[in-house]
Amino acid sequence: MIRVSAFSRSLIVLLIVALAVVSAFPFLWMVLSSFKTAEESMQTPPVWIPGTFDLSAYSSVSEVIQTGRSLWNSAVIASVTTAGILVTSLMAGFAFAKYSFRGRNTLFAVMIATMFLPPIVTLIPLYRMVSEMGLSGSLVGVILPNLANAFGIFLMRQFIAGVPDDLIDAARVDGASELRVVFSVVAPAVVPAIAALALFAFVYHWNTYLWPLTVLQGATDEYPIVLSLGRLLSYNRGAMNTPLVMAGATMAVLPPLVLFVFLQRFFVDSMISAAVKG
Amino acid sequence: MTDVRLDKICKTYGTVEVLKDIDLSIEDGEFCVFVGPSGCGKSTLLRMIAGLEEITSGDLSIGDRRVNSLSPKERGIAMVFQSYALYPHRTVRGNMEFGLKLSRMDRREIDARIARAAKMLQIEPLLDRRPAQLSGGQRQRVAIGRAIVRDPTVFLFDEPLSNLDAALRVETRREIAALHEKLGTTMIYVTHDQVEAMTLADKIVVLNDGAVQQVGTPLELYDTPANLFVAGFIGSPRMNLFAGEAGPEGIVTASFGTLPRPDGPLPEGNVTIGIRPENLHLTSEGGARARVTLVEHLGNEILVELALADGQKAVAQGPRNHCPTPGDSVGVTIGSEPLHLFDGLGRRIETRSP
Repeated sequence: MIRVSAFSRSLIVLLIVALAVVSAFPFLWMVLSSFKTAEESMQTPPVWIPGTFDLSAYSSVSEVIQTGRSLWNSAVIASVTTAGILVTSLMAGFAFAKYSFRGRNTLFAVMIATMFLPPIVTLIPLYRMVSEMGLSGSLVGVILPNLANAFGIFLMRQFIAGVPDDLIDAARVDGASELRVVFSVVAPAVVPAIAALALFAFVYHWNTYLWPLTVLQGATDEYPIVLSLGRLLSYNRGAMNTPLVMAGATMAVLPPLVLFVFLQRFFVDSMISAAVKG
Repeated sequence: MTDVRLDKICKTYGTVEVLKDIDLSIEDGEFCVFVGPSGCGKSTLLRMIAGLEEITSGDLSIGDRRVNSLSPKERGIAMVFQSYALYPHRTVRGNMEFGLKLSRMDRREIDARIARAAKMLQIEPLLDRRPAQLSGGQRQRVAIGRAIVRDPTVFLFDEPLSNLDAALRVETRREIAALHEKLGTTMIYVTHDQVEAMTLADKIVVLNDGAVQQVGTPLELYDTPANLFVAGFIGSPRMNLFAGEAGPEGIVTASFGTLPRPDGPLPEGNVTIGIRPENLHLTSEGGARARVTLVEHLGNEILVELALADGQKAVAQGPRNHCPTPGDSVGVTIGSEPLHLFDGLGRRIETRSP
């Protein structure tokens, strides 16, 4: 144990509490505002705690947008994309980590270089490709170009490089095909990395805005929840209905939050078990 | 018939030749040990037999099949790794059945095989544990169990005892010998430890610099090493080597004077004389003079490190009752065992004892 004096200890705790308050505040404000009446939400000085917990904003959300449908679309986009990223990252990461082939390092460097390309640069060319394939306005069009990503491959390569070669050879001697090696032997050995990547990819693609907006071209039936929230903003022209928007936002945040709580416990567990393995 | 034959096997990485023209025949049921210093290519050779490393040129056959292009599972081999290589997320049972499940074996047959192997290795109480919950020795048993259940025609061991502590190493070595006795399967075993090689092998293959130095039974290698490398590598402590000059009178040495010529043809010129430590004896009077520099007690015997008059070092092994102390001046004589003679290129000169 590192010894810390009581004074610096309380300073550290104070700092952590302050940071926690700063980052939790917008979230708390969002949830509280969703329960306010329209009048309460516009008062100055602001009303912190709503007088009555008014649920009407939640029911109004579904009058403006197709809440269920949008949440479903978001879930499809985020989970299918995440699954795709996990599969491609594991396979490509394995190849980069464990196969030696001509041009491996060059290929890896080129792939890393794509991480430095701002997404906005590839937006239009990518849209043209998707649209020429006849996929604009569809969820497939939103999902397809994101099924592999450089960061995921990089992350998996780093972790898989640490898996002992003997383990992989043992599986080959046992008669496992290369795919079987990746998914039955290597994947269980890098569970913490998979959990982290899954969480990261899911949250990112749940929240992504610009790409679905570009591809879906106003096909509101296919809108994920984040795009639909935009429609809540512009509803009522001019006079923004804060409780309505905040209720929608609260609903949009809940699924990834639940996933986070679930996965976090899961990958902290597996990191502990990995740490004590002899 | 599950003999293993290597015919002109070569391995190169780019332009580096790591194994050169390996010719070898391992008979059915034989326990063959590859031994050599690290980097000599012994593990690479084993991995080529396993199918984990590509063969650059030459033919490898197991039984009557040429297996160069077959995958590991098609070769009918099983391998035990130095690091055990147990699947960490599977139980002991899961580790043992992984390969069998992949070959779509009948469930009852799988259970029967696991039960049999677990009984043989006394790991029945461990079947539901994970590798992390096992000791090193237990893990190695499980690794051996995983090999046994596959009922291979050839077992491959890649330095299986190197990660165990000394006591466990001796015990596990005995168990592997007993296992070979029981199963009668061909086994190929890689080690850098010549004691393991001597105690386990029917046949030892000494490798150095990617080439076979000598093939033979443990005693053949000990009694008639084919060259200086084998002479120095087999036997612990190492054989003492002295420079000499062969002439018509005998072999002239700096420390021991002129030694009598052995029978048989002896080319004249520079030779190296090899004397095992147990064949050097200490006397209080006579013999070559030497100073004791170190005494090591092995229990019933002692090892005495000596500096001879010409500065050369030698080790003598003997009974503990005449124990000198460092700094003593003693005499050294050569015992009755035949000398080992090597020519200028380090090759053995075949002689009969005088």
